[in-house]
Amino acid sequence: MPVNLNEIRELFFEESFDNLDRMESNLLELENGSVDDELINSIFRGAHSIKGGAGIFDFEHIISFSHIMETLLDGMRHGERIITQSVIDLLLRSVDALRMMVSALKGNSDYDVQEVQVCQDDLQGILKAPLEKAPVIQAASSPIEITTPHPNKENLSHAEEDFLPADKGWHIVFKPDLSMLKTGNDPINLFDELACLGKLTVKVDTSQVPAFHDLDVQACYLSWELILYADVERALIDEVFEWVEDECQLDISPLIPPTQPLGETVSLKQNGKEAVPAVDKNEKSVLSLEKDESALEKGKISSVKTEPPSKHTVLTHNVTHHATEANSIRVSIDKIDDLINMVGELVITQSMLEQIGNNFNSSLTEQLRDGLSQLERNSRELQESVMRIRMLPISFSFNRFPRLVHNLSLQLNKKVELKLSGEHTELDKTVLEKMSDPLVHLVRNALDHGIETPAMRQAVGKSEMGTLHLHAFHQGGNIIIQISDDGAGFDLEKIRAKAIGQGLLNQDDHPSEEQLYDFIFHPGFTTVAQVSDLSGRGVGMDVVRRNIRALGGTIEIQSKPGQGSTFRIRLPLTLAILDGQLVRVGQEIYILSLLSIIESLRVKPKLVNSYTGLAEVYRLRDEYIPILRLYDLFGITPNTTQLAQGILVIVEGENQKIGLFVDELLSQQQIVIKSLENNYKKIPGISAATILGDGSVALILDVAELIQLFHAKTKNQASHSTTFMDSLL
Amino acid sequence: MNSDTTQTADKYLTFFLAKEEYAVDILRVQEIKGWSQVTTIPNTPKYICGVINLRGTIVPIIDLRLRFNLECQEYGAMTVVIVVKVLSQDAKERIMGIVVDAVSDVYDVAENEIKPPPDFGSVINTEFVRGLATVNEKMVIVLDLDRLLNSDELAIVESLSH
Repeated sequence: MPVNLNEIRELFFEESFDNLDRMESNLLELENGSVDDELINSIFRGAHSIKGGAGIFDFEHIISFSHIMETLLDGMRHGERIITQSVIDLLLRSVDALRMMVSALKGNSDYDVQEVQVCQDDLQGILKAPLEKAPVIQAASSPIEITTPHPNKENLSHAEEDFLPADKGWHIVFKPDLSMLKTGNDPINLFDELACLGKLTVKVDTSQVPAFHDLDVQACYLSWELILYADVERALIDEVFEWVEDECQLDISPLIPPTQPLGETVSLKQNGKEAVPAVDKNEKSVLSLEKDESALEKGKISSVKTEPPSKHTVLTHNVTHHATEANSIRVSIDKIDDLINMVGELVITQSMLEQIGNNFNSSLTEQLRDGLSQLERNSRELQESVMRIRMLPISFSFNRFPRLVHNLSLQLNKKVELKLSGEHTELDKTVLEKMSDPLVHLVRNALDHGIETPAMRQAVGKSEMGTLHLHAFHQGGNIIIQISDDGAGFDLEKIRAKAIGQGLLNQDDHPSEEQLYDFIFHPGFTTVAQVSDLSGRGVGMDVVRRNIRALGGTIEIQSKPGQGSTFRIRLPLTLAILDGQLVRVGQEIYILSLLSIIESLRVKPKLVNSYTGLAEVYRLRDEYIPILRLYDLFGITPNTTQLAQGILVIVEGENQKIGLFVDELLSQQQIVIKSLENNYKKIPGISAATILGDGSVALILDVAELIQLFHAKTKNQASHSTTFMDSLL
Repeated sequence: MNSDTTQTADKYLTFFLAKEEYAVDILRVQEIKGWSQVTTIPNTPKYICGVINLRGTIVPIIDLRLRFNLECQEYGAMTVVIVVKVLSQDAKERIMGIVVDAVSDVYDVAENEIKPPPDFGSVINTEFVRGLATVNEKMVIVLDLDRLLNSDELAIVESLSH
């Protein structure tokens, strides 16, 4: 059987995205000041395995790009390069570029070559900068501090002293770990290979060799200093050491420092800034943004100045791209073990029942009943644990926010602290994926409109640092996700004025607070005077609510002026099961989601009114609700066409209420959703199907679509009747 | 359902529909079952009887008589449903049931024995016919299931919903 490369390819993509995510979060941790070797090692490993994986498939660009990243990271890991804000920013950008390349490869699409090239050039620029050599090899646990580099020439002139300055070449310090020989790597072979590249001089350092009786014959105590006179690319030398670079201290530097590239001056200037203790965060951010923009402008001509190319759009685009496409799932081993246990119990129960069944008599009835109840418990548990496999911790979605908040706060010149809690709350994978866009939008909104600028915050006596809190938790069979900020909150008067301005509200209406908040979700509704590049992009609040509703969830707003606002999203635990109300029309049974039902009532005929002769409306307290006769829409013969003899179920979908007229309400039960589209197609007004206890199929009604159908139908009738009138005239 | 067909001849399952014999590629046939109660789907053409529960999946049932505009027969204990796999344009496999009068036989028919259909003469639109084959001096009409069950109403288009 041929090796299925496609499968491995998929695996590579999945692992690469995992690695990139980890690299990104590690980089952000570095940024937060918690610097330690393990973090850098972890980032390095990420880049290394991406490079390795890409090697299998000959993804040249990824290999060369990740190789450069790796070289830089290797320098950091050995303490030869200092970690500065600009380096971290560059690495973050490189992670984005890599992610872009990987997702482009996955989708067989193109990526922005310029962007990658610019990033690669910047990386090269840093690499070519003179090294800041750490005098001693740092202990594994010692933190690497952010220090100011002293770009001096001493290190380099040391190399120049002994040799002809006209020669081009490399100075290599190679200190193998003690254990290197045990892994089958022989330095002699490496030197032979180097010698093939050009003239090689080798100096051995025997100072580490212990006394004879302490000598371990399998250990490598030697280290070498090599000078290679050859006009070769650094990559060639790296290649020689590729197999041992994890097992040695390797320092490769050019004999003659290359003339400083142009981009270098910028990064040096920025490095200089680092000397000033990191108080002046704003200024630094401005600098890095400037650099960003100039880099981008080098690559492509941004014709519209009002829409500067912003870093975060690239980021979110790529992230969502990969989130929606991943169609496999990683399951922790204990969930699988649970499942195996459960199946084991099921088998035991089955054999017990079989025994009872083999020679059944009335005395065994009690045992049979026990067995059946055990079977019921087993299958319920089994169902639950299978469902749990689809569950992923919400941290999958939350993890991207530190980066997003970091970028946005720089862009907006705001100081924001992001708090995450309840990241381990588990959510259905599909729900999680569909929630990521709405969450990003809400977070962006909170940063853009909610949290004020430091100056404004100080003016009202709040601390400069704003807080954004993402919190997820369970509440009675639902998942709640809360996004709260301590910003300005909503100005109800402003909303009211705007609503009146847009003709959504009358001058003398006095809507409740809730009704006013509801306007926020209205398409095209914004209280912000000017449109920034953050708002007005991507999904609007109406789309946020639509997405959440599509998942069977709700969103509500709590806000106190001056104290901040909270968006509270309530989501069902899983998409595969819903609480349904069975209703009967004629011989047919339909299912309504309990979430969509507001109330059910017997019709009082005197409250039914006709509306322009086309539709009936029902007066429910202070509202008029159109009546949809389900039998009429679906062409079914009902038990009764008399409103008074049936039941009116008031349902809500997409902000509209409608009364569904049905014959009878049946039971309420948990409904397992089965797709109609798998084997058939989408039916207007029907969202899916399910199988009832007796094995028959029942259709689940889609309230929002029913309302659309109803409107289309009445409109049709209206146009028909007018043409009829016209023909009479 | 092993795919141990010979290189030269493919096996075809034939069935009767208003005295005409039709053939479908046997590798497309998943099972043959009796009639069971269907759940009707509102606002669909008459030839779509509805959907059934086939071991946990929802499968649509199409009445071929109605599809070909023949007169309808009462469904009963003798009604046969052939459950077939249909490939749609995007190579997605779908399961559907077709209601026929009776299942007839399984024949070996070589690809080159299937002759192109004449433009008329059959009760059904020739678009759905792959060709005609002669088996034991009888003519059987070889159906193109993918075309038949993907056409018009059955195609996965959401034309109505928007």
